[in-house]
Amino acid sequence: MKKPAKAAKPATARGKAAPKAARARRNDAAPALTDADRVGLFQTMIAIREFEEQVQLSYLEGLVHGTTHLCNGQEAVAAGVCKALRDDDYVTYTYRGHGHCLARGMDIEAAFAELFGRETGVCGGFGGSMHLTDMERGLIGAFGIVGAGLPVAVGAGLSAQLAAREQVSVCFFGDGATNIGAFHEAMNMAQVWKLPVVFVCENNLYGEFSHISHTTPYEDLVTRAAGYAMENVKVDGNDVEAVYEAAAVAVARARGGGGPTFIECKTYRHRGHSRTDPAKYRHPDELAAWMKRDPIPVYRARLVKRGVITDRKADAIVAKAREASKAAAARAAAAAWPATGRDMAALTFA
Amino acid sequence: MAEREITYREAILTALQEEMRRDPKTLIMGEDIAESGGPFKTTLGLVDEFGPARVRDTPIAETGFVGAALGLALTGWRPIVEIMFADFLGVCFDQIVNGIAKHRLMSGGRVKVPVTIRAIGGAGLRFAAQHSQTAESWMLSVPGLKIVCPSSPAEAYSMLKGAIRDDNPVLVLEHKALLSSKGPVPVGSDDAAMPTGPRILRPGKHVTIVATLAMVGRALEAADLLAADGIEAEVMDLRVLRPFDASAVAESVRKTNRLVLVEEQVAAGGWSASVVADVVTEAFDYLDAPPIRVTLPDYPLPYSPPLEDEAIPSPTRIADAARKLMRDTGRG
Repeated sequence: MKKPAKAAKPATARGKAAPKAARARRNDAAPALTDADRVGLFQTMIAIREFEEQVQLSYLEGLVHGTTHLCNGQEAVAAGVCKALRDDDYVTYTYRGHGHCLARGMDIEAAFAELFGRETGVCGGFGGSMHLTDMERGLIGAFGIVGAGLPVAVGAGLSAQLAAREQVSVCFFGDGATNIGAFHEAMNMAQVWKLPVVFVCENNLYGEFSHISHTTPYEDLVTRAAGYAMENVKVDGNDVEAVYEAAAVAVARARGGGGPTFIECKTYRHRGHSRTDPAKYRHPDELAAWMKRDPIPVYRARLVKRGVITDRKADAIVAKAREASKAAAARAAAAAWPATGRDMAALTFA
Repeated sequence: MAEREITYREAILTALQEEMRRDPKTLIMGEDIAESGGPFKTTLGLVDEFGPARVRDTPIAETGFVGAALGLALTGWRPIVEIMFADFLGVCFDQIVNGIAKHRLMSGGRVKVPVTIRAIGGAGLRFAAQHSQTAESWMLSVPGLKIVCPSSPAEAYSMLKGAIRDDNPVLVLEHKALLSSKGPVPVGSDDAAMPTGPRILRPGKHVTIVATLAMVGRALEAADLLAADGIEAEVMDLRVLRPFDASAVAESVRKTNRLVLVEEQVAAGGWSASVVADVVTEAFDYLDAPPIRVTLPDYPLPYSPPLEDEAIPSPTRIADAARKLMRDTGRG
């Protein structure tokens, strides 16, 4: 765990000292994973990958409207972080949020139906790919505006702090978001109020089409957190267990009143920003190097080597997930369109 | 319940106190609102009664705390945020327009967003161009948002109570030039229904004058001037900018056949344009002359007193517009 550089004494409202837990409580040991947990992490990553692959196919078939943003390559972040959460925790995420939703257990048929704009979608077809919301799973919002989810996560974190039920608010966002004002306001507020918020930065090196070196003065975004005297850690975002361990430590700190943590997950987006982006701005060597570090085959090889899983079992998991995605997409595609001509006032206002 | 003569400022504070006592899931956030009681003293003493957890000073970060209000609302709270100057709504425009206003519909109606945003705006106090806007038209075209404009202590009290109890985002645009104005308020009232449309403050048969916020008082002064000339003006307080319903104005026009609208904003994109459009649609045949919109001129508000006074619609300008309508229709 990297400590913030020269952490200033956190100021709090009304001149009181910061809660001791903020600095004193350290629990660097995440609860150990069992082999069943490891298989579970693998299954979650596979479920996300197969979902996204099916989204791509469905997009080409004209079933997904407008655009969609796939998270292939970043599955370890969603799977690893969500493994560390409780059912009653809150999660905010972005337009590239399918993985987070699936890792929280969103029904894939309802997710496909939402992408297809159908009545049976998780939001009745009103939100679409960029706005999957599922309150029952703590999935309180997907934000299409870069950075906009961070202040909302701070609000959910404040809610958790006030409720004193040791809930945590987790916020997923990309490297690009660290350049917008909402990020800085949210980081500052979370730290000054010692909120149970875990900021998970998926640093995939590209903010939309632009490489981080063109937009940001450094590539290690933990530097941003140090500026807010916030606990922070940089992890290999393609190593699902490393992500889990960092998240578990951050979540334990947050639950224990120790305040927020910033986790930088170094990862890579296999595909372009959105479906119309072939991502030709990336050097082929860079792409090739990262494809070798694809979190799924890397983890599979590790599990096989450790004897946690056999190749046959792994193949079966993939085949089952592929079939499940295909079948769910087919059912979603057969679902009805939302009724038009409705009185929308009751949907617009409660 | 007891009717008391109190100021607009006290009406806001009383509404906040009563609703925060009534519902423990309410809280208020904003800049300097806790220990210092707010720059306009509309939250004076709240922190002593409700504590710093529910009366919360924020960093100067409107995007941060208005966005946080959305997170609180989605997780069971009923947050109230104070925007110190309505002009600062521009700083958190995205959180309101793309977040708070849209979250419910984007979820297919599965979430509620009970956020109250209080924004204190308006000219007349020599605060210059960045601290004097009412911001009425800024969010006029944002579906999913309710917008109300209190013009009196009683309206400030009931609208704020109604906004806090409403399960939807409500923007309450208060006016700083009205803060010291006094009027009867039904303190302790449990009736907190949100207004649904305009209210007639002074009946008349010759010309309808519609206004909001501080322009309501000026419209009433204009009606006094007109009365001296034998012209009976009907003065209406529009009260609600969203959801918008101009049918009461159209009904008044069916009686008076003349319409003047007074808005403390520039003409472009103002609510008065929408009212005119609706009245023309609903009651075209009853209009004896084209309506006149009395607005701010099309430049940023200047600081110097004579320059600011020149810009803000005065009772004289309003009365002159009404007299012109009377002349144009052969009744002057």
